[in-house]
Amino acid sequence: MAVKFEKVSDGDYLLDVTGYVCPHPQMYTKKVLCKLGSGDVLTLMFDNPSSCESIIAMCESAGDELLERADDGGSFRWRICKA
Amino acid sequence: MSNEVRAATLDMPGLRGSAWYGHKGNIYAAIIVTLVMLCLAWALLQDMRWIYLLVYIWFGLGYGIFLQYGRFCMASAVRDLFAVGVPRMAVGMLIAVMLFSLTAAVVKVLGVNTFHPHPLGWHILIGGAIFGFGIVFTGGCASGSLYKSGEGNIGSMLVVLSISFTQAYYVTLGGWLNKLVPASWTASAAAKDMPAQLSVTDGWFDQFVAGYVWDLHAGQLADQLGFDGLFSGAFVGNAFLGAILPSLLLMGYLYFVVYRKGYLRRRKVTVPRLRDHLRGVWSMVVSSRNTAIAGLCLGVLAGAHMWATGELREHYGIFNFGELLANMGHTAGLSIQDTVFDPGYWYITTQEAQWGAWLLDKGGMQMSDNIFFGLENGIPNPLINAPGWMSIGIILGAAVIALSRREFKWKVPNLETAMFALVGGALMGLGARIGMGCNIGAFFATVTNGDLSGWVFLGGMTAGGWLGVKAFNSWMEWRSGDDDLAI
Repeated sequence: MAVKFEKVSDGDYLLDVTGYVCPHPQMYTKKVLCKLGSGDVLTLMFDNPSSCESIIAMCESAGDELLERADDGGSFRWRICKA
Repeated sequence: MSNEVRAATLDMPGLRGSAWYGHKGNIYAAIIVTLVMLCLAWALLQDMRWIYLLVYIWFGLGYGIFLQYGRFCMASAVRDLFAVGVPRMAVGMLIAVMLFSLTAAVVKVLGVNTFHPHPLGWHILIGGAIFGFGIVFTGGCASGSLYKSGEGNIGSMLVVLSISFTQAYYVTLGGWLNKLVPASWTASAAAKDMPAQLSVTDGWFDQFVAGYVWDLHAGQLADQLGFDGLFSGAFVGNAFLGAILPSLLLMGYLYFVVYRKGYLRRRKVTVPRLRDHLRGVWSMVVSSRNTAIAGLCLGVLAGAHMWATGELREHYGIFNFGELLANMGHTAGLSIQDTVFDPGYWYITTQEAQWGAWLLDKGGMQMSDNIFFGLENGIPNPLINAPGWMSIGIILGAAVIALSRREFKWKVPNLETAMFALVGGALMGLGARIGMGCNIGAFFATVTNGDLSGWVFLGGMTAGGWLGVKAFNSWMEWRSGDDDLAI
C-alpha cells in the first residue's frame, strides 16, 4: 500500500492515497494539484473521512472545482478540475 | 454554489428513499446504542451512585457524535493552516472556545464550576510544542484519535495505545534522568515533606512537579484583574477577556492572513469595503457548516458536562469520585489521598495514562511510587474509571454516527502510518505530561475558564505544528524522490 500518482491520459491524472490518514491525503492532494496545469482533471481516491472537509476547503480557496464526488462505505473517489 | 453542494450529486448512493434498517450501518449503530443503554440500566440497578460515572459516558457519547459529525480535530486546526492553508478547523475550534467560555461562566455563577487553573511556566510552552509536533504525524489530536478509532481506524487506536503507555512510563522514569534534573528542583521537592512511599526525589517527573510546577502561580483572569463580582468575574473577566476577545482577534487574524485573499478573488472584489470583509469573515465561519455546528454543540456540551458533575458532587457531598468509590467499597486503585482522576469536565490524556499504568501495574511494574498516580490520580480498574469511560464513550459515539453516515471502515495501517502513530503518540504523551494536559485539558478547558496558560499551550502547539509540517514535507519530498509520485 503506497501512494500512487499516475497520468491516465492527457490532462487526466489519478492520485490514490487509500489507506492513509491525516495529513497524508490533503497534503499529497495539494502537492499534486500544484504540479497540474489549469484545466487538468485529477481523480482522487482516499478513505479518510476527516480529510474531506479540508480538501473541499482547499479547493474552494484555490478556486479548483470539485466536478463529482462518489462517497460510499468510507471510500471516496472525487474528481477535481484544476483552476 | 459551493463545491460541497455542487458536487454532492453522487454522495452516498442508495441512502435516499430507503428505510433506515435497510442499511447495515444503521443496524450496527442501533445495536451499539441498545447495548450501551442496557449496560447503563444494569449499572444503575446495581447502585444508583454509578450515575456519577455514567454522566461521563453520556457526555463522552455526545462529544464523540459531534467530533465525528464535524470532523472536529484540533490537530488539523494548527496543521492544516500551515500544510494546506485551510482555516476551517481553527475557526471551528475558536467557535467552540467562545461557546464553552459562556457556558462555563454560567456554571461558575451557579456555583458548581469544577475547574482548577494550571500553574503557568515555561513547561506549558515546551509541552505544547512537543505535543504539536507529534500531532502532525499521528494525524489526530487526543480527542481526534479517539473519534477516528470509532471510525474503525486502527492507526488511531495505535495512537491511543502509544499515548497511554508512554505517559504511564514517563512519569515513573528515574535512574540516569535524575542526573539531568536541576538541583534546585530536587531541593524544593525534598522540602515539600511528601509521604516517603512517593520517593519524590527519585524520578524526573516527581521532581519536575513538586520542585518546579508546584512553586509556580496559577489563576483565573477574573481574580488576577480583581473582578470580585460573581457575574462580572465569570462573564467579563474569564469569558469575555480570557476567551472571547482573544478568539475574535485570532479569527480576524485568520481572515486577513489566510482567508481574505482567496475570498475576494472568488468574489471578484478588487477594492474591498468593510461590508465585503464582514461578509468574508462570515463566509469563513460558515465555509464548513458541519465544523461550525460541531463547535457550537461541543461548546455547550462541555459546559453542561461541568454543570452536571458539579451538581452531582453537591448532591453526594464529595469533592472527588474517589470518595464515592470508597463509600461504595471500591478502594483498590485509589491514591493515598483516596482520590482518583476526576476533572469533572472534558479531558483526555490522564485517563489514558491510567489505562497504561493499570496494565503495567498488572504486569508487575511499580507504578504508584510517584505523585502523578500515587498522590493525585490513582490507578483505578478501567471498569470503574469514570473519565476513562468518557473516552470510550467518544469512541462509541463516533462509531454510531460513522456507521449511520456510512463512513465506518476498518482501516489497517501500513508500516509508515503505524510508525508515525507510535512515535507521534509517544511525543504527544511526553508533551501532555510536560504541559500538564493535551489540547483539551491544557488548552480548551483552561482558556474557557479564564486560565491564560491555555493560550500559552496553544502558542507552543502552533509552533510545534509548524515545525511538524516542515518535517512532514521533508519526509514527503524524500518519499516522492524514489517512488511513483513523480509525474
